[in-house]
Parts: sequence; C-alpha cells; structure tokens
Amino acid sequence: MNILDPQGPIGAADKTILIDSIAIMLVIVLPTIAAIFAFAFWFRQSNPRAVYRPDWAHSGRIELVVWSIPTLTVILLGGVAWIGAHQLDPAAPVAGTGSPVRIQVVSLDWKWLFIYPDQRVATVNTLTVPVGAPLQFELTSSSVMNVFFVPQLGSMIYTMNGMVTRLNLRADQEGDYQGLSAHFSGDGFPDMLFDVHVIPTLGFADWVTNTARSDKILNADSYNKLAQQSIETTKTSYRLADPELFGKIGSQKIPPGPGPQLTTDLAKPDSGVSNAR
Amino acid sequence: MLGKLSWAAIPFDQPIPLLTGAVVLVAILAVLAWVIIAGHLPYLWREWITSVDHKRIGVMYTLLAMVMLLRGFADAILMRAQQAVAFHSQGFLPPEHYNQIFSAHGTIMIFFVAMPFVIGLMNLVVPLQLGVRDVAFPTLNSVGFWLTATGALLVNISLVVGEFARTGWLPYPPLSELTYSPGVGVDYYAWSLEISGVGTLVAGINLVTTVLKLRTRGMSYLRMPMFCWTTLASNLLIVAAFPILTATLAMLILDRYFGFHFFTNEAGGNIMMFMNLIWAWGHPEVYILVLPAFGIFSEVVSTFSGKPLFGYRSMVLATMAIFIISFMVWLHHFFTMGAGPDVNAIFGIASMIIAVPTGVKIYNWLFTMYGGRIRFTTPMLWSIGFMVTFILGGLTGVLVAVPPADFLLHNSLFLVAHFHNVIIGGVVFGAFAGYTYWFPKAFGFRLHEGLGKAAFWFWLVGFYVAFMPLYAVGFLGMTRRMQHYDVAEWRPWLMVAGGGAVLILIGIIFQIMQLVTSIRDRAELRDSTGDPWDGRSLEWATASPPPVFNFAVMPDVRGEDAYWAMKVQAQQQALEGREPDYRDIEMPRNSPTGFVCAFFATIMGFALIWHIWWMVAAGGIGAFATFVAFAWRDHDEYVIPAAEVARIDRANLEQRRAALSLAGGT
Repeated sequence: MNILDPQGPIGAADKTILIDSIAIMLVIVLPTIAAIFAFAFWFRQSNPRAVYRPDWAHSGRIELVVWSIPTLTVILLGGVAWIGAHQLDPAAPVAGTGSPVRIQVVSLDWKWLFIYPDQRVATVNTLTVPVGAPLQFELTSSSVMNVFFVPQLGSMIYTMNGMVTRLNLRADQEGDYQGLSAHFSGDGFPDMLFDVHVIPTLGFADWVTNTARSDKILNADSYNKLAQQSIETTKTSYRLADPELFGKIGSQKIPPGPGPQLTTDLAKPDSGVSNAR
Repeated sequence: MLGKLSWAAIPFDQPIPLLTGAVVLVAILAVLAWVIIAGHLPYLWREWITSVDHKRIGVMYTLLAMVMLLRGFADAILMRAQQAVAFHSQGFLPPEHYNQIFSAHGTIMIFFVAMPFVIGLMNLVVPLQLGVRDVAFPTLNSVGFWLTATGALLVNISLVVGEFARTGWLPYPPLSELTYSPGVGVDYYAWSLEISGVGTLVAGINLVTTVLKLRTRGMSYLRMPMFCWTTLASNLLIVAAFPILTATLAMLILDRYFGFHFFTNEAGGNIMMFMNLIWAWGHPEVYILVLPAFGIFSEVVSTFSGKPLFGYRSMVLATMAIFIISFMVWLHHFFTMGAGPDVNAIFGIASMIIAVPTGVKIYNWLFTMYGGRIRFTTPMLWSIGFMVTFILGGLTGVLVAVPPADFLLHNSLFLVAHFHNVIIGGVVFGAFAGYTYWFPKAFGFRLHEGLGKAAFWFWLVGFYVAFMPLYAVGFLGMTRRMQHYDVAEWRPWLMVAGGGAVLILIGIIFQIMQLVTSIRDRAELRDSTGDPWDGRSLEWATASPPPVFNFAVMPDVRGEDAYWAMKVQAQQQALEGREPDYRDIEMPRNSPTGFVCAFFATIMGFALIWHIWWMVAAGGIGAFATFVAFAWRDHDEYVIPAAEVARIDRANLEQRRAALSLAGGT
C-alpha cells in the first residue's frame, strides 16, 4: 500500500509532486531549524562572548528578507500546486493502451460494488482491471460518504449519495494490490478493503467471460439486498442485468441504503440506544 | 415521563466506561464531601463560583482545560493501545466503543481543552497587560465560562448515560443523520457544542470589546503587547466564525429532531453545504487556537531573551494577515470531493499564503533571540520546542495544501500526524508555556522548575515518538479511524506510536507532580516582587497575585514594552517611593448568574438529548428567569474606598521593596 511505490502514472506523478514539494520546503526549513538551535545556543546567558544588544529590535533589511523567503517559496510552490492540480485533475482522462475500461463504483455499508457496464458484469470487493488501459471510474455511494483509494495507483476520490464523482487511473504493473475506504463510514468501516487485480489485457477478456457465467444477477432487487448493512468476506460476482443500475443509484431513483436496522431486544422504535448495544 | 431515557442507556455490559464513570463519580463525590465537611463551600461560592473577576475566571477556564486534558488523553492512549494490538484481531475495543472514543477525543481536545486553555490565559492576562481593572462585561464572562463547563459536563455524562457520537469530531452527514446514527450520541455532541458555543461566543465578544475599548492611558494599539494583538485577532475570529458552527449544528438538529432535510440524502438535502459550512468555521477555529499561542511565544521569547520583540509591526501585520486569510482557505479540507482544478488550485495557493505571515513570525522570534541573553527557563524551553516542531508541522501542512499531494494523503495518518504536529507543537506547547509563565502572576508563587523541565522533555520526545511513525504509516496508505487492520507493515509503526503516548503520559504525570509539589513548597517558591521573570509588559507591574482591582492607580503608558520602560527609567512607584494619588475604585459585584444559568442549561441540554420535553421547558424557563433576575438588579458595583486601596497597595509595595532590596543586597 506504499504510496511511495506507485504502480501507475497518476500515482507516480502525485508522488513526484509530493517529493518535490518536500524538497523545496526543506531548502528553507532545515537552515531555519539550524539557526534556531545556533542562536539559542550562542546567545545563552552563560556565554560571555555573545554580544548582548538589549534594544536591538528592528532592521529593515532583515524584515525584507524574512518576508521574501517564505513569499518566494510560496510563489514557487503555488506554481507547482496550480500546474499539478490541473494536470492531475481526477476527472481528466488518462492516456493508455487499448480501449478505456469504464468502471462504476458504489460504496455500500460496508463493501464496495464495482459495476462494469460495458462488460455487463459486477463484483463485490474485488476490482479486476487490464494492465495499461485507461480506467475511467464513475463513483457514488449508496448511503454515507466513503473514499475510493488504491494507494499504489494514486489519487483518491469521495463517493457521495446523490452525486457522481469521476476518477481516471491507470495500472502499469500486473499484480495484486489493495484498496480501501479512506473516509470513516460507520462500524464496518475498517473492513471496507478490496482487492485490486491487475491482469494482462488478454486475461481480462477471459475474466469477463468467466464472470458473466455467474448464476447471480445484479438488478434493483439484488442491489437492495446488498445495500443492507453487512461486512462481506466472500467476493461475490454478478451478471449485470440492468446496465442503467448505476445511473439509478446516482440519481436516487433507487433510494439510499437503509442504515442500521433495530433487531435486538432493544428494538423499541423509541429506544435511544442503537442496535450495536 | 423520561423521554428516551431508560435503564438500557447505562452500558452495564461494557466494563471500561462503566468502571471509569464509577471511579470519576466517586472522586467527584469525595472532593465534594471534603469541600463541604472542611467548610470550604462558602469560600468557593463567594470567591470562585460567583466570582466575576477575570483572573479567577481565567484560572477556572485553565483548570477545566487541564482536567479535560486528562479525559482526552485517556481516550488517546486507549486508541493508541487499540491500534497497537488490533492487527488481525478486534483488539479490546469493539467498533461502537472505539468510534465513540476517537469522536470524543477530538471533540474534547479541541472544544474543552484547547479552547478553555487559551481563553483562560487570555482572560487572566489581557486586562493586566492592557493596564485595566477588568474585562468589558464581567458577569457575561462568568456566564461564558459556566456554559463552557456545561458542554464539558454533558460530553462526560455521555460516557455512562447513553453514548457519545460515533461520527468523528465533526459529524459529517449523512452518517450523522437519524437514518445512519439513530442513537443519542450525535445529540450529545450537538447540544454540548450548541451550549458551549454560546459560551465561547460570549467570551469572544467580551475580549474583543475589552481590547478595543478598555486600554489604560497611553496604551495605543501599536503599544499593546503582542499577546493582546493575537487575542484581538483570535476573538474577532471567534465572533465571526462561531455563529457558523452554531447555525450548522442547529440545522443538523432540525434534521434530526423535526425531520428537516438540510443535510439528508433524501428530499434535496445537500451534504456539501455541511462540508462548506463546517469548515468555514473549522478552519478559522485552527487560528482561533494558534494565534493566542503565537502571542504567548512572543511574550516568552522576548522576556527570556531580555529584548523587545523583533519586528513588532511586522508581527502585528502578520497576525492580522493570518486573521483575514484564514477565512479564505476552508475548501482545502475537501480537495478530494471532486472540485475542479481551478477551485482546488486557488484554495491550495490561498492556504500556502498563510505560511508567509506564519514564516515571518518564526523568523521574528529567531531574531528576537539574536543578540539576546537567553535564560532557558521552562516557558522558554516550550517556546524553542515549539519553534522547531511547528516548522515541521507547517511543512507538512503546506504539503497537503498542494492538491496532488493531498490526493494521496487526505484522511491518512499523515494528516493526523500533521494536525497533531501543529496543535500539540503549537497550541498545547503554547498553553503550557503560558501556564508556567503566568502561574506566578496568578498565584504568587512559581512552579517547580526541575519537574517542569522533566515534563517538557517527556512531552517533546513523546510527541516525536508518537507522531513521526504516524507520518510514516500515512505514506504506507493507512487511513485514520481504523478500529482494526490486517496490513502487517503498519504494525511496527503503530506500536512505536503507542510507546510515544506512554512517554507523553509520563510528561503529564510530571506536570501533576509539578503542580502538587509547587503548592506544597509554595513558601519557598514565593514571588513577592510581582515580577519573577524580569518581565516587560504591565502584568508584571502589579503584585502577584494582583489585588482584585489589578492596579491601584491606572498606569500611564509611554511606549512599547511599558513596564520595561518604567523599570529602565526608574519611574516605577516601587523603586521611586513617591506616594500615588489613591482614589475610590468601583468594582463589579459577584454574581451567581453564570452558575445558575449554566445549571439550568445543563438540565435543558440533557433533557433535549433524551427528549424529556417537560424538563426542557423547566430548564429553559429557569435559564431565562436567571437572566431576567440579573437584568433587574439594582446594584451591580461596589466601592473600594481610597483608604483600603492605599492599604493594599502599600502592603504590596512594601513586600516588593523588601524583596528588591534583598535581591540588591545579596
């Protein structure tokens, strides 16, 4: 999950900017820290060689310098931020080999649903993508906010109910990576992990064919079952019956997930104590 | 009859909160019993609970902050312990408990530790530095304090009656809406902050008015000590920002209580509106906390370097620049919510611009030390520790202001490490520096230096051991608020971080020992000069502790560093011996308004949380009636006759001269 070991161009570019920014700031931060220690040590009360200047409290030249140093640094870094924010806009398409793969992501309580509308398949907590292809994500949430984040592929993005966010990534190395939710979403939040399998382009077609053979069908009914609060340990796959499903979730034609259901002995409708107790 | 409240609200199946609650309850009852049996109650009522003296209220604010620090730290060490063990396991805290703990930790540390600590110090010191007798609205001041205490009390009641919020220190909807958080936790959060928020707003109005309208003769704006300037900026921010918090939480309350749809998923609710509103308060809040700390460091560095503050006007400019820009950067808290590149870039750059005045401040403290004669007392150690630590926190802060870097680091433990780096390294170190620096002013004796230094070193090293690993584990992709995890490479870092928390615990134990030992040895640590540090501003011109009227004769200020100038010119009455012209002094009478009002507010808040409507009405009427009764008062001031003023002042001067001649003779 190391963000300093990126496996795609977005992660690599994010990381470059991160490292460059740290380096630019260290150029002034390290000498400043050194000066703090040096001044504090030299001008200690017990040092007879240090000159005491009890009234020295102003110097136009020094003031000019101390306003200039951080200003120049911020101008430089501001340029980095401006260019970086535009080049790495999550909504901007990424180039790659082969045709782009559209993936529709829905965060549920507490699992991830990945819908491949063009391939007519869907998976839970497993994201399988071909290496090198542009990955075009559309994301929304069935209930509360979450963040879709695969640290080694780069930029994260929020999922929010009634809204659709966009993210473009690419994976350049085959392998298995891990993704997670980077925004707290309730009791099952730490289990919102998902596997990312980056496989060869040819293998991806096979994977689609195999997955499409699943005897489970994803439609509004099975989606509503999935939207109940639960932690999924099995990696279910579906045949996608309704290619418009994501649009219906994103536009709230399918109502938001239900949240906690009072099931235990405390389940009086008026009980102030939630079901977790 | 009791709304949603029933025996089911007491967590009989959870030993940790139940035992903690029982221990705390027994401790409170024991203290209360001791107070009553020893006959201290009338004294406490007369001199503290009903006091409208800004110094007393400042001390009570600070005490509240220190007690709540223990609670917030207990949460912290539970979290660090949980994450150290919860690898491939559930650890010892189930999710619903762990989630309450991190929510309570953040809420308590910001609202009931950092806020009362800085407000307490401002209350204690600012009127003294301005050379005046009290704040602008003394009774309102007392109301503000007691309402803050009400909020703190409600948060702590949630430990044993019901539950606290499980939504983080900012209750992001829709998770905090009734659909996804049906329990009373979010209601505890919301009502605690609604009530204490009023208290904070009142304190802000009071201090702004004090600085703007009540300065002694000759104390023009550009002669005010730096701490007064940062107080002004910080309280202007309170006045501008806290109503946003109150309104935002009121909207959340309307959603939860009356089925409104401000922030719900359904019926056109808009969660982005919550994000924008909460951070329009939340980002200025950071500067509300850190600006007073900057002021404290300015005072401390200047005093212990034996020099005026370098670049005073630059510092004023920097402070006011931070004050204004801090309102223009809130969006950097959600770069990853899909805003376009122009918006992200502009807010990123605006956030970086704050680093310019902040950087200037660092350099100005640096050049204040240049050419100085530096005494490494405890407050000075906190200040130097701050300068180094805060620069690192600033670096990581500017880093996450770069949108592409934030795309990797948002919500990660890197971010957690960053804001602890600036809050602990800035606000907490500042509060401790101010506490040690002004303690002799408040009580007339110093704190034990050796134990203070030990506490500093354990805090400093503990901070680095606890939070540097969190930076590292953030690079490893770990996100915040995880109750358990399965990633092996995170674990060693989290165990080290747990060790750091233990070091900080030792630091806190040293601080408690320092306070206890100092009270025990107060005779030896006595400061009879009123000026134990060779200070520069007016608070050191009066006795320690100052008389209720602060100054027998209002000081006449002729420049910056007013008291230093007096000492240099030997015009100070203590050294000169000329008898001043004593007059009658009018002081505000004590009033139980604050305490009684907060009493009813507590009842009302508790009743609102549990939907006990008759009790809501009773509490509301009680609080309103208290205000009416106060408004109908006939006498709000009493007169200290000139003879009495003269007697107190002569006694103080006597002590001072004795101490000075003793110091001169040896």
